[in-house]
Amino acid sequence: MKYVLLILGMAVITYGIRSAVFVFGERLSFPPVVRMALNFVPVTVLTAIIVPMTFAPHGGAAELTWRNSQLVAAVVAVVVCALTRKPLLTIAVSLAVFFFWQMIV
Amino acid sequence: MNSTHQVNQAHQAGNLAEFGAGARDTIPMMIGAAPFGVIFGTLAATGPLHGWSAQLMSLAVFAGSAQFIALGLIAGHASFAVIWATTFIVNLRHVLYSATLAPYVAHLPARWRWALGGFMTDEVFAVSYAHYQRRAPGETGPYYFLGSGVSMYVNWQIWTVAGLLFGSAFPGLQSKGLDFAMVATFIAIIVPQLVALRFVAAALAAGVLSFAWNGWPYKLGLLAAVVVGVAVGMLLSMRVERRSAEMERAK
Repeated sequence: MKYVLLILGMAVITYGIRSAVFVFGERLSFPPVVRMALNFVPVTVLTAIIVPMTFAPHGGAAELTWRNSQLVAAVVAVVVCALTRKPLLTIAVSLAVFFFWQMIV
Repeated sequence: MNSTHQVNQAHQAGNLAEFGAGARDTIPMMIGAAPFGVIFGTLAATGPLHGWSAQLMSLAVFAGSAQFIALGLIAGHASFAVIWATTFIVNLRHVLYSATLAPYVAHLPARWRWALGGFMTDEVFAVSYAHYQRRAPGETGPYYFLGSGVSMYVNWQIWTVAGLLFGSAFPGLQSKGLDFAMVATFIAIIVPQLVALRFVAAALAAGVLSFAWNGWPYKLGLLAAVVVGVAVGMLLSMRVERRSAEMERAK
C-alpha cells in the first residue's frame, strides 16, 4: 500500500516535467538564442539515445565488428535514408537486414 | 444547418485520419518498446512490488527508464525522496521535448495542452516532431500527437501486463533485439535533418559523448552529451551568422 504514495509521487513529478512548458508556455515567448538552441535538440537527443544502443548493444565495450547486427543495420538505415529520404523504406529495409544478419552470424 | 453538419462531419473524419496517421507512424516504436514493457513486468513480478502496483506504475508514470530505475531503487530499499529525485533527473530531458514542441501546441486550448503533455515520451516526441516540423506553427492540430501518444500508452500497458503474467516464459527477450525498430525509426527521423554541417557536428558530438558517458548514473551522461551537442550547434550557427553579416557589410 505504501508504494501507491511512491508511485503517485513519481507520476506527479513526471507529469509536471512533461507538461509545464506546454501549460505555461503560451505566456513566455522564447528569446532567439533559446530558439536557436532548441533547433538542435531533436538531432542531438535522438542521436545520443541510439549511439550507445547501436555500438554497444550488450552494454559495456563498443562492438565494432561486422558481427554486430545493430551496427550493420544502422549503417544500412543511414545510407538508405540519405539516398531515398523515405522513412518507411528506411525502417523496413534496415529491419530486414537486422533480422537477416542476426540469423546468419 | 445541413451544410454546417456536413462540415462538422468532414472535420471529424479529418481528425480521425490525423489520429490514425499518428498511431500508424508510431508502430515501429510500439514494436521497439514491447520488449521493455515485458521486461519491466517480468522484473516487477520478482520484486517487492505487487503486480497491481507495477501496473499502476505503468498507468500513472508511463516512463520506461524512470520505471526501471525505480524498480532497482525499491529493491535496494532506497527512500522515497531518493526515488522521487531520481525520477526528476531521469525525466528532465522531457523539458527539452516540450520546449521544442511548444510552438506547435501554443495555439491549442489549455485542456489540450494539459492532456498532450502527459503522453510525452522519447518515442512520441520523435514521431510528432518529425510530423509537425513540416508544418507552420499554428496550423497543427492535436490529433496526430494524440494518436501517437495514446497508441504508445496502450502499447506500454499491454506489454507490462504480458510481462507480469507470462514474463518467466520469455527468457532472454532482451537479446532478441526488437529494440532495433526504435533505432531504425530514430535514424529515419535524424538523417533528413542533417541539412547543414552544424547539425551533423551537433549530432556527432552528442553521439560520441553519450557513448563515452554511458556509464554515468541516472542518464546524466545522455543529458550532458545533449547539452554539449547543442552548444556545438549554436557555436557553429553563430559563426555562420557572423560570416553572413560580414558579407553584408562588405557589399
